[in-house]
Amino acid sequence: MPAQPVGNAESPSAATRPAAIELRGIDKSFGAVHANKNVSLTIAKSSIHGIIGENGAGKSTLMSILYGFYTADAGEILINGKPVKIHGSHDAIAAGIGMVHQHFMLVEPFTVLENVMLGAEDGVLLRGGAGKARAELERLARDYGLNVDPDAHISDLPVGEQQRVEILKALFRHCDILILDEPTGVLTPQETDQLFQILRALNARGVTIVLITHKLREILAITDTVSVMRQGEMVATLPTKQATREHLAELMVGRKVRLELDKTKATPGEVRLSVRNLTVVDAKGVKRVDDVGFDLRAGEILGIAGVSGNGQSELLEALSGIRPLSSGGITLCDLEVSPDAPYGPAVVREYGLAHVPEDRLRLGVVTAFPAWESVVLGYHDDEEYNGRILMDRDAMTNACGKLMERFDVRPRDPELRCGNFSGGNQQKLILAREIARQPKVLVVGQPTRGVDIGAIEFIHRQLLALRDAGCAILLVSVELDEVMSLSDRILVMFQGRIVGEVDGDEADERTLGLMMANAHAQADEAA
Amino acid sequence: MEDLWLQTVSILSATLRTATPLVFAAMAGMFSERSGTIDIGLEGKMLAGAFAAACVAVVTGSAWLALLGAILVGIMMGLLHGLACITYRGNQVVSGVAINIMAAGLTVVLGNAWFGRGGQTPDLAPDARFMTLRPPGWEYAYDIPIIGPVYAFVIGGHNLLVYIAFAAVPIGWWVLYHTRFGLRLRAVGEDPKVVDTAGISVTWLRYRAVIIAGILCGFAGAYLSIAQNAAFSPHMTAGRGFIALAAMVFGKWRPWPAMFACLLFGLLDAIAIRLQGVNFPGIGQVPVEAIQALPYILTVVLLAGFVGRAMAPHALGQPYVKER
Ligand SMILES: Nc1ncnc2c1ncn2[C@@H]1O[C@H](COP(=O)(O)OP(=O)(O)O)[C@@H](O)[C@H]1O
Ligand SMILES: [Mg+2]
Repeated sequence: MPAQPVGNAESPSAATRPAAIELRGIDKSFGAVHANKNVSLTIAKSSIHGIIGENGAGKSTLMSILYGFYTADAGEILINGKPVKIHGSHDAIAAGIGMVHQHFMLVEPFTVLENVMLGAEDGVLLRGGAGKARAELERLARDYGLNVDPDAHISDLPVGEQQRVEILKALFRHCDILILDEPTGVLTPQETDQLFQILRALNARGVTIVLITHKLREILAITDTVSVMRQGEMVATLPTKQATREHLAELMVGRKVRLELDKTKATPGEVRLSVRNLTVVDAKGVKRVDDVGFDLRAGEILGIAGVSGNGQSELLEALSGIRPLSSGGITLCDLEVSPDAPYGPAVVREYGLAHVPEDRLRLGVVTAFPAWESVVLGYHDDEEYNGRILMDRDAMTNACGKLMERFDVRPRDPELRCGNFSGGNQQKLILAREIARQPKVLVVGQPTRGVDIGAIEFIHRQLLALRDAGCAILLVSVELDEVMSLSDRILVMFQGRIVGEVDGDEADERTLGLMMANAHAQADEAA
Repeated sequence: MEDLWLQTVSILSATLRTATPLVFAAMAGMFSERSGTIDIGLEGKMLAGAFAAACVAVVTGSAWLALLGAILVGIMMGLLHGLACITYRGNQVVSGVAINIMAAGLTVVLGNAWFGRGGQTPDLAPDARFMTLRPPGWEYAYDIPIIGPVYAFVIGGHNLLVYIAFAAVPIGWWVLYHTRFGLRLRAVGEDPKVVDTAGISVTWLRYRAVIIAGILCGFAGAYLSIAQNAAFSPHMTAGRGFIALAAMVFGKWRPWPAMFACLLFGLLDAIAIRLQGVNFPGIGQVPVEAIQALPYILTVVLLAGFVGRAMAPHALGQPYVKER
């Protein structure tokens, strides 16, 4: 594939050719949160433009304004050089803009065809439009390799295919500007490559692509031009050729960051957590965890990689006593757990297992509680927090203050409501709470999801320090980089099963990616 | 034998008549809830519709104008619910309960003020009502064994609104599954964000749904006061709105199953009337109250035992809020 001209900025016609998108002074606040501050941005026609920034930098907000989902408080939008008023998504669609949202905009019980047609039905009755839509889907499948069964229900499709449906929806409406908001978060590395091929093919036919991500690698891999957002502001726009990882990271965070961790070799001790033939069936009768077994030793980090939704959440919940086992057993230090001898979160804690849940707002903290209350959750029966009859408020506030100090939680105010801390600081609070009791086993899910780079660094170092102090750590994450840089051993989960084990030092993205898609097994089956 | 068959026919015929307001209201609830708006207020809208129909019929003497009046009042109540739930994003259950209380109170107060008979409206002349339509040749058909009575009393022998109610089911089904509006309606009840980002107005779509619900409740109300009965009497809906809601839930928010659930409730009602005063072997007479409670007990049993929560439209009961 020939290289695309960089941003068209250097081509002679650039001066005469209007930009595909021009944003001028876009401003947007959600209550007290100033999500976009006077943002201006120019995106050249037929380019691939990347927008990078940390979680919460305001990227999604900016794109949602362009797509008419939110209305800006101030600012102007020009499409192909013409000022447009975008009052809703219909205006954006009419202006030729299509968007693949971070959280897919698909009706789950509907079929692919129904989802594609919704809003572009072509007539009051469905029948006529459905025939045309089917034909158009076939054409798009041929032209871009976007194959999906039009009659499949969305809820039955894997995320990679759901994303294709999102792209098809946009193409079906004849967009010539396609915005993709964090499209690779749910994909394996191979699926990401496929997606990029599709994007290049679209771009070759003149579609302007706007790619939003927080992953530096992807920006360098595919974009012509890159813009960096930080805390609601657009801080830089430069041709990708001139950008380096370090430079972009610095622009994103606003200071120099170390991207590498120094990690020593692990010295595993005795087995602390042993899982045997563990199977978990959910309320609908679907097997979520299927015959999983492993040993976790003191002083090691065992990483579990996999595309989200392959049973990792259920495994975490089973281990931490939130979800009952269907069969198999767990040995936690000297506690034996089986379906006949179940346990709950309180017992688990007593035996020295601490849990940092994946979804911190649902299971980690109560957003309406002040920090000092959230910091005792789960340990609220401890002697140190309780007087003879009432709870000891001063003790709790003091403990919270100390933990905030040690884990560098900002602002250092035990009275602040949990919901008002940033994601990174909420996560530090939870980590502080769970680590403070020197657990024998720590089970962490997505420790840095929605956390800023500075806090990621800090959290990673804390986890390594804890390992070196002899804690057994089970790390579940969908961020492959995170699993690879922290783990001493890596297990890969696919459809509830462990499909591979790799040594931490030998792990590379390609092998893990193939395991995550269970490509080996499928190749065997085909053979 | 002949006698038993006639009894059965008469129960079936009564079943259709008692099921009619339930079918209207269940379809109303289905449209509203498929769009994501809970409709506890079916009862109140039906009651207000019944009152409006009776009043207009008294004043104008026209059944058609009376029906129109019921529909308009139904729409107005629907819009009120929409204003509270869609525009102001209030609690949908609270708004529905408010509508029920308001209808129960206002109909009595206004009825008393206007007609002074303790809330009852004056009896209507046949012209001001929807009367039973006899199918052609029913006198002769009646004598044909087995199918004759069926033709005369089950297929024929109802007023126009009964037929409209049972036509509303296939029409509702067709609208829901074969039209653009239906596709969007189902989508907005599942996930309004998807509809919004597809460039469709969530607000307008949901308003149309509550308006349709209002219209259908108007039909249900008019049926009670100017077709099945010849006057409005206070609280004459007697919980039918809730039974219809239950039937709709039992039918999993789908037109045909909801209709069958309505027929089941109608059948129980019809049987309950027959069973009054009957001596059961070994038990003796069962108190009337116990028999009358049967449909309600069944409602509870069915709802508690057979309906999974998962079938409800996913966004049901949640106002659409973009910005936290
Ligand atoms: N609908 C909303 N209501 C309130 N606050 C929001 C909303 N959407 C985003 N925000 C806030 O705006 C800021 C920017 O968010 P977002 O645009 O999603 O960032 P990004 O996509 O770069 O991660 C965050 O602080 C976020 O909490
Ligand atoms: Mg985002």
